[in-house]
Amino acid sequence: MPDPLPANSVGLVASRRIAIEQPLTLACGVILDRHELEVECYGRLNAAGDNAILICHALSGHHHAAGYHPGDSRPGWWENYIGPGKAIDTERFFVVCPTNIGSCFGSTGPLSTNPATGRPWAAEFPPLRARDWVNSQRLLMDKLGIARWSAVVGGSLGGMQAMRWALEYPELLDHCVVIASAMKLSAQNIAFNEIARRAIKSDPDFCAGDYAARGTSPQRGLALARMIGHVTYLSDELMGQKFGRELRLGDLATGTVSPVQFEIESYLNHQGDKFSEAFDANSYLLITKMLDYFDLAREYDNDPIEAFRHARCQFQVISFSSDWRFAPTRSREIVDALVAAGRDVCYCEIESDQGHDAFLLPNPRYQHALGAYLARAATAVESRR
Amino acid sequence: MRDDFDFIARWIPPQSRVLDLGCGDGALLSELAQSRAVRGYGLEIDPDSIQACIERGVNVIEQDLNNSLDNFADQSFDTVIMTQALQAMRYPHLVLDEMLRIGRECIVTFPNFGQWRARAYLTLQGRMPVTKQLSYQWYDTPNIHFFTYRDFEQLCAERGIVILQRKRLANGWPDRWLTGVMPNLFTETAVYQLSRR
Repeated sequence: MPDPLPANSVGLVASRRIAIEQPLTLACGVILDRHELEVECYGRLNAAGDNAILICHALSGHHHAAGYHPGDSRPGWWENYIGPGKAIDTERFFVVCPTNIGSCFGSTGPLSTNPATGRPWAAEFPPLRARDWVNSQRLLMDKLGIARWSAVVGGSLGGMQAMRWALEYPELLDHCVVIASAMKLSAQNIAFNEIARRAIKSDPDFCAGDYAARGTSPQRGLALARMIGHVTYLSDELMGQKFGRELRLGDLATGTVSPVQFEIESYLNHQGDKFSEAFDANSYLLITKMLDYFDLAREYDNDPIEAFRHARCQFQVISFSSDWRFAPTRSREIVDALVAAGRDVCYCEIESDQGHDAFLLPNPRYQHALGAYLARAATAVESRR
Repeated sequence: MRDDFDFIARWIPPQSRVLDLGCGDGALLSELAQSRAVRGYGLEIDPDSIQACIERGVNVIEQDLNNSLDNFADQSFDTVIMTQALQAMRYPHLVLDEMLRIGRECIVTFPNFGQWRARAYLTLQGRMPVTKQLSYQWYDTPNIHFFTYRDFEQLCAERGIVILQRKRLANGWPDRWLTGVMPNLFTETAVYQLSRR
């Protein structure tokens, strides 16, 4: 933890677990009588309860979006964009970031107890859709006294969720910010997810998802899944710049028998191992399935224009030039549908060599574009006083 | 407000759906939104201009006009506008076709290269004109197709484009008055409202 903490950080933060006692009917028909959400909040909610921003995290994300937990050396995952004076300005907005249900950082998910059996849900946790997250967060609004969202903001899977918000509760948000996202996954994207799932399921320690009860964990499979994912989040160019063919161990001269390890091998293995200790395999399977099933326009006769006619908010869409997992073309499809539906939209394609991960990393143009858009949202809220 | 904007605003019916190709900092769309309650979108590729649009609250979409515009459906806008950018397009005639496909009407403004100052510059100095309005050197200008008022009218005739209205703008007297007498010689900026009919 830096000492002192940077002035433009929200500083020391703690999450809280919020119990939602109303039943939540999931898209699959299962009813959760109660559920819990692990949430972090930054900034202050105004008296009207209308200056809130909901942050929707991505596949492996969680509630800890900004600031530092005591003793941690690294801040939350979106520290670059959330804080006083930053693009998501905590001096003007009340920023709310919950871990979604189904994940493994405190909110109800495969690690929680199934009330029907008294044992953890594990692989039995019901399948989820993005709308289940939206409905859960709708209940969270009431718990936190939020009247409406000034903006719902998300990158990647979070962007899909933000769009779902705009369609499910059009009257409850002013702005929807969709970053490095898509209206549905491409076949290539589903393919990568399936390879990741196969990696997990092939681990002998997976035990059909019942690994916890048997005192094991499919960490090798989960690490492999993450390594595959990680490659797709970076661009070839960035990997070349960052790692090239640099060696971590040994040398490549002929006639030597020393073991050789490239920097990229070491990096990927480290990322995989770190992830496999922090993430739950059943959650990974559950959420990648949900990603694959997501199709914004399915219930609107597969017509995205018709889908967006149901939205009432304004949109900002942002993509990154080197992102091949959620390519700019996918964002363009969103923008074209929004224009055809007559919705307000700003679209930027940010020049970046950082691949899909660009949405998490510092980039001046991205910061200015997001910051200027949300500053207008803040001004609109403040002028309602 | 720029002179050509003034006429554009008058020609656009209230509450129309407008697409502005090369919308710059969004000044025109912002003006049209306020004065005519227009629902507008602008296309732009310059990052600083896009940022200015976001700050003004103008709907701006990052898109290169030299690439295809086929993401916009036929007749999906009431008016498609292009101000002072046709001369910078790779294929101006194809862009015009696209504008008339996407919009029921379109409005185009461009600098008239046949204006006497440009002619005098070329004739007397023997060099490509650098004027207040066309302030680039020949090698770094984004304006890659120079054409005159008369050239443009000819193109419209050849391609079956109907001129609904036109306005010839010039600064200073007597130029402003003479645009009616000898338009090709005195018009600095030409403003056209076109349709396909």
